[in-house]
Amino acid sequence: MSAVIENHHDDHHHGPAKGLTRWLYTTNHKDIGTLYLWFSFAMFLIGGAMALVIRAELFQPGMQIVEPEFYNQMITLHGLIMIFGGVMPAFVGLANWLVPMMIGAPDMALPRMNNLSFWILPFAFFILLSSLFMEGGAPNFGWTFYAPLSTTYAPPSVTFFIFSVHIMGASSIMGAINVVVTIMNMRAPGVTLMKMPLFVWSWLITAYLLIAVMPVLAGAVTMMLMDIHFGTSFFNAAGGGDPVLFQHIFWFFGHPEVYIMILPAFGIVSHIIETFSRKQLFGYSSMVWAMLSIAILSFVVWAHHMFTVGLPLAAELFFMWATMLIAVPTGVKVFNWVATMFKGSLTFETPMLFAIAFVVLFTIGGLSGLMLAIVPADFQYHDTYFVVAHFHYVLVPGAIFSIMAAVYYWIPKWSGNMYDERLGKLHFWLSFIGVNVTFFPQHFIGLAGMPRRYPDYALQFADWNMVSSVGAFLFGVSQILFLFIVVKTVMGGKKATDQVWEGARGLEWTVASPAPYHTFTTPPKVD
Amino acid sequence: MNPEAKKTLRRLVIAVPLMFAFGFALVPLYNVFCEVTGINGKVFQSDNAEKLVIEDGRPLGLQFISTNNENMPWTFRPSEDVMTISTGKYYTATFYVKNTTNKTMTAQAVPSVAPSNAAAHLKKLECFCFEQQELKPGEDALLPVRLLVSDELPENIENIILSYTIFDVTEYDDEAVAQHIHEEHHEMEH
Repeated sequence: MSAVIENHHDDHHHGPAKGLTRWLYTTNHKDIGTLYLWFSFAMFLIGGAMALVIRAELFQPGMQIVEPEFYNQMITLHGLIMIFGGVMPAFVGLANWLVPMMIGAPDMALPRMNNLSFWILPFAFFILLSSLFMEGGAPNFGWTFYAPLSTTYAPPSVTFFIFSVHIMGASSIMGAINVVVTIMNMRAPGVTLMKMPLFVWSWLITAYLLIAVMPVLAGAVTMMLMDIHFGTSFFNAAGGGDPVLFQHIFWFFGHPEVYIMILPAFGIVSHIIETFSRKQLFGYSSMVWAMLSIAILSFVVWAHHMFTVGLPLAAELFFMWATMLIAVPTGVKVFNWVATMFKGSLTFETPMLFAIAFVVLFTIGGLSGLMLAIVPADFQYHDTYFVVAHFHYVLVPGAIFSIMAAVYYWIPKWSGNMYDERLGKLHFWLSFIGVNVTFFPQHFIGLAGMPRRYPDYALQFADWNMVSSVGAFLFGVSQILFLFIVVKTVMGGKKATDQVWEGARGLEWTVASPAPYHTFTTPPKVD
Repeated sequence: MNPEAKKTLRRLVIAVPLMFAFGFALVPLYNVFCEVTGINGKVFQSDNAEKLVIEDGRPLGLQFISTNNENMPWTFRPSEDVMTISTGKYYTATFYVKNTTNKTMTAQAVPSVAPSNAAAHLKKLECFCFEQQELKPGEDALLPVRLLVSDELPENIENIILSYTIFDVTEYDDEAVAQHIHEEHHEMEH
């Protein structure tokens, strides 16, 4: 805390207020970052508990634990909570903590909007979760809420779902606007665009994607609302509408959304691999261009999610090639990470372990994505567990591992204390084994033809489902260890130095550990 | 906040409603796209079908399928399941409907053509699907569709399936919806 007191002399600002109102009224980017991170952790545990309900039911064939209707609610809420409550707020939290410090800005550009964009989130998820206790149950149409399942055949709680998506969207849009205005206007002198840390670059691109597609999602749920309550027929064939239109609009949002959940991960992993290789990152500018190309391509590939709706051949070919094209910039990134490690002085602290696991397992997820991009193959894989395995490989050991890596990497800067390295490594290995045992067998049962989103399955899928469930519980339980490690680190531990890691570069490592409540109130000098 | 930041903020805040509107703009864009490309089995009619009438067309199988949407209790079936037709000639097919309930109901039939690349070549001069049908309890009717298959139909297509799904739209007493459907079909006719 000495750093806070030192800071006191420089300006008239004070440290954080005391008590609950500190968190309610705060406009400080570090406080808001912390709120976002804890919120996403809570959602991660709730969504994870739902995943375990799903895996417990699938442990054996036949109906054991829950009713099919409740199972459908679990798969829907698990997806929505993990995406909108787990991964996205975690990245916004990291952006809040790190972007101002990385570019030498005193805070985010719009601090009060920052407070608002966080504090509406708990209400959105309160509304969504409360639908579990409503008549007719929670939304049960899958996280992609395809019409007419989500309109004509939806439970009454769908209206609450629609409003909660509106609130989540508003929160994301405000967060994204804040990030763009901060990065474009508040960089310290000398921090030119092509000198920005890659995490900042990744978030700049992500924020533009969010501003472009979250309003389209809001439009889609608004059309649903109008179909359900105001007699319109956007998606209702009886009134001249078309359910396939829903899928086009949804995936026009949905595919850029996929990159919203992975681009910040690319930024994080680049920093960590650079630090623990003790080398400069290989191919900085190609990393930037790769992210930009991925972001632009993400707008012209959406129909690869709907190859089986009856697209004309020309469209299927176009979306197949466009999708495969994304493998090129992604391949550049993977190559650069490996080239950065090549002949580096590597050490394997917990963040580095998570980062390396990210590179390997994300690549596996990317390759199964390429398989799914092949139109004739996709007719076979569509809506099977192969798809489930694919997107969990890019989201769990992809996005979520990168978030865990980021927490281990920057928590000494946030809290001033080093985490327990032995426990961190234990957490990594349990998670690594758990994630692979859970999701790798799903490739097999998917290729063998097991469809997704059913509470029961044919006997030939029993063995691998059992393995998958065992892995899921291992992974789930090891996240309790993660919670314990984080709490233990925040409470105390070995003091961290200002630089924290031997090979760490960047402005955030030049301030004290823990980072003072106000940093860079006068811009730093950057060459 | 400095003026530069305000400018960035203003641009972004404008972008949000624009993208929201774009989401809605996808609805007409989607229909235009389907019309131009003739995909999705949507039946549109853009040019005058009279000039498509020819004497020596090639033979073609035309199959009819009728489907009741869920909760639609009416009897609904084609008078003939299959017709052998020739391209460039007008034919009239009929569908039998009967309101089997004891209340007056309104129905709307929605057509679809398979294979989808045949949709652009199937021209309807007259179709019961252009308007809604209201039948009293126990009332029945023969609904006609007058159609022509253009000779420009891709050569590899030897059979066309024309399918109708009948929907209960009694609750859609909203004039706007009826008007919307009417206009859309009106456009198709011209």
